[in-house]
Amino acid sequence: MSQELLLVVAAALFGIGVYGALSQQTFVMIMMGLELMIAGGILAIGTFWAQSAAGSPKGQVLAIVAMTVMAVEAALGFALVISVYRVRKADMTEKLKRLRH
Amino acid sequence: MIVDALGWLLGAGSVLCAWRVFRADSMVRAAYWLLAAFVGVGMILVLLTAQFLGLVLILMMAGEMTIMAVFMVMFMMNPAGLNPMQMVHQHRASIVAGVTAFIGLTAVALLAPFPERPVPPGAAVTRETGMELLGDSMVIFETAAVALLATMIGAVALAARRGRHGDAYEGSVPPAMDPEEGA
Repeated sequence: MSQELLLVVAAALFGIGVYGALSQQTFVMIMMGLELMIAGGILAIGTFWAQSAAGSPKGQVLAIVAMTVMAVEAALGFALVISVYRVRKADMTEKLKRLRH
Repeated sequence: MIVDALGWLLGAGSVLCAWRVFRADSMVRAAYWLLAAFVGVGMILVLLTAQFLGLVLILMMAGEMTIMAVFMVMFMMNPAGLNPMQMVHQHRASIVAGVTAFIGLTAVALLAPFPERPVPPGAAVTRETGMELLGDSMVIFETAAVALLATMIGAVALAARRGRHGDAYEGSVPPAMDPEEGA
């Protein structure tokens, strides 16, 4: 597969993720945008690993670190959503005007 | 040849599914569109011979997106997608930011000279990754594990009903049946 094509796909996923993370109002949809950005990153790492790094295992380790970031983001994101919903009954960013409750 | 065609197909499918995430009327459907985009990325990784990475990505995202769908049903209005949904702010600025990111990264992808060093055919990729994870890169692997442990503790502390500041329900109001009412 051509490296350019895969990198353009990764760039498209990242761009859609940027759009989603900035434009969405609900917390979980913002998280989806962030995950798409990381998906683009993982695809780019995989592409470079396969076509520019001669399959060095360190590239796969980097991708695993990116997946860890994704898991951390999702877990803490859900915990924050629960915490905010308990106190404010809010599921949208516009309803939060203060950081303290 | 077949691998190239599959790569094209999966790449285009992933981008299309990713776009549908923010165009779906139901948030549950959005979660599964996102899963479809991730499955596409995982399959591309499998085609690039990173089988372990691709399959782990698909397994992880299948679990995560199912949890996400449950969260959607729990917290969000209109999880079934019976009405059109468009909940966005700063829409134009977001489109500009997304397109700018895409164009910038595409320019780098197309114009920058990257070395041509493909995976040698017949390389034992998964075995090498395992040896790396439990060999030279063990500190990185263990750091990721400790980071996940810290995340679990943090998530429980944040989401626990009784936290440092007292009972979670103290001073809060019962959930409103009408979404506007609970503001």
